[in-house]
Amino acid sequence: MHIPSPRGKLSACVAEVLRQQQVGPIDASFAESDEDAALSLWILHELSYSGFADVDDGLEWDIGLVTLRLELEAALEAQLRDRFPGPPEPSDDLVAAFFGYVETHDGPSLAGHVHTDGTDEQVLELLRWRSVYHLKETDPSAFVLARLPRPARAALAELLYDEYGAGRPERLHSHLFAEAMRSVGLDPERGYVDDVPLEVLELNNAVTMFGLHRRLRGAAMGHLAAFECTSSVPSRRLVRGLQRLGFPPPVIDYYEEHVLADAVHEQVAVRDIVSPLVTEDPRQLEDVFFGAFTCLDQEARVARVLLDRWGVAA
Amino acid sequence: MGGGGVTERAAADVVLCPGGPMLVRGARHVVDADGTRHPVDRPVVAVCRCELSATLPWCDATHKRLPDERRPR
Repeated sequence: MHIPSPRGKLSACVAEVLRQQQVGPIDASFAESDEDAALSLWILHELSYSGFADVDDGLEWDIGLVTLRLELEAALEAQLRDRFPGPPEPSDDLVAAFFGYVETHDGPSLAGHVHTDGTDEQVLELLRWRSVYHLKETDPSAFVLARLPRPARAALAELLYDEYGAGRPERLHSHLFAEAMRSVGLDPERGYVDDVPLEVLELNNAVTMFGLHRRLRGAAMGHLAAFECTSSVPSRRLVRGLQRLGFPPPVIDYYEEHVLADAVHEQVAVRDIVSPLVTEDPRQLEDVFFGAFTCLDQEARVARVLLDRWGVAA
Repeated sequence: MGGGGVTERAAADVVLCPGGPMLVRGARHVVDADGTRHPVDRPVVAVCRCELSATLPWCDATHKRLPDERRPR
């Protein structure tokens, strides 16, 4: 992948540093807009995933870039915590409380629109926007694995094994999405970060930040569990919409896989990851719900932007 | 804490999820009521208990659309 096009002074400076064209100090105050800051953080986070063509891998731990990353993450975390209304009333049944919390925070449904009324162009736009996450699907959670107490770690390993194809490279979920993209003429190698708005960048930055900081492991697992809990039913509706529109099998297969896989993963994530994590360390409770809220809130923000673009009432 | 989520997992090859599916770990085939054998290709599968799944015998989370009293116990 190549470095995305800058959206202001800060992201332009970050790109120049990565290309070794500039060595002077840069800081978060260079940001010209929220979008400029979010894209800069997205670019810095990418250094911890697959990196960029022609960029030195060692820059992931460059002290100046790490300092900038921490500044941008602190601002993002403060904003996300500001949006979080706090955890629900205490309950002696965390599993039921978590499922109930997710069900009562249901946002506008992109899948519902695709199911009945979506067009080919709208689905293609959805795939481009989703590709920013799905091409590294599950990778943020994998960063957390070594940082969990024993029962939660065993359960996350089980979930990740399934996400990563259960020993079959051709079944990796991120690979299934890349195949789905190719089947409709999109190029997963190119990437579509240039096409996505602030809300999509912010959603990806939050999940990466949760994954990279051990301190935020509770938020990371709450985010994962909320994501899994809101996947099966929408994936089924997407499958029906994709069939109605005549999309090719790799696209339909990707979402069919998620109907079944995520019906399992939501149970594992809530019962066997989140619940024992909080039992082991009750201080994680608030961050588990912080992560869950952030997932649901950011998905709702993206859905509202997209439905608005399509002229559909949310 | 309730919900059965805090026990050690060693013995839990089959888990009845309150309100949801039956999780089965390490199965190779599931035979449904008609005698049809369904091969299992993932480490854990969720077998539908509400009988409303569109992908029987597998759970597709349709139970969430049921009121609490109609969900599997």
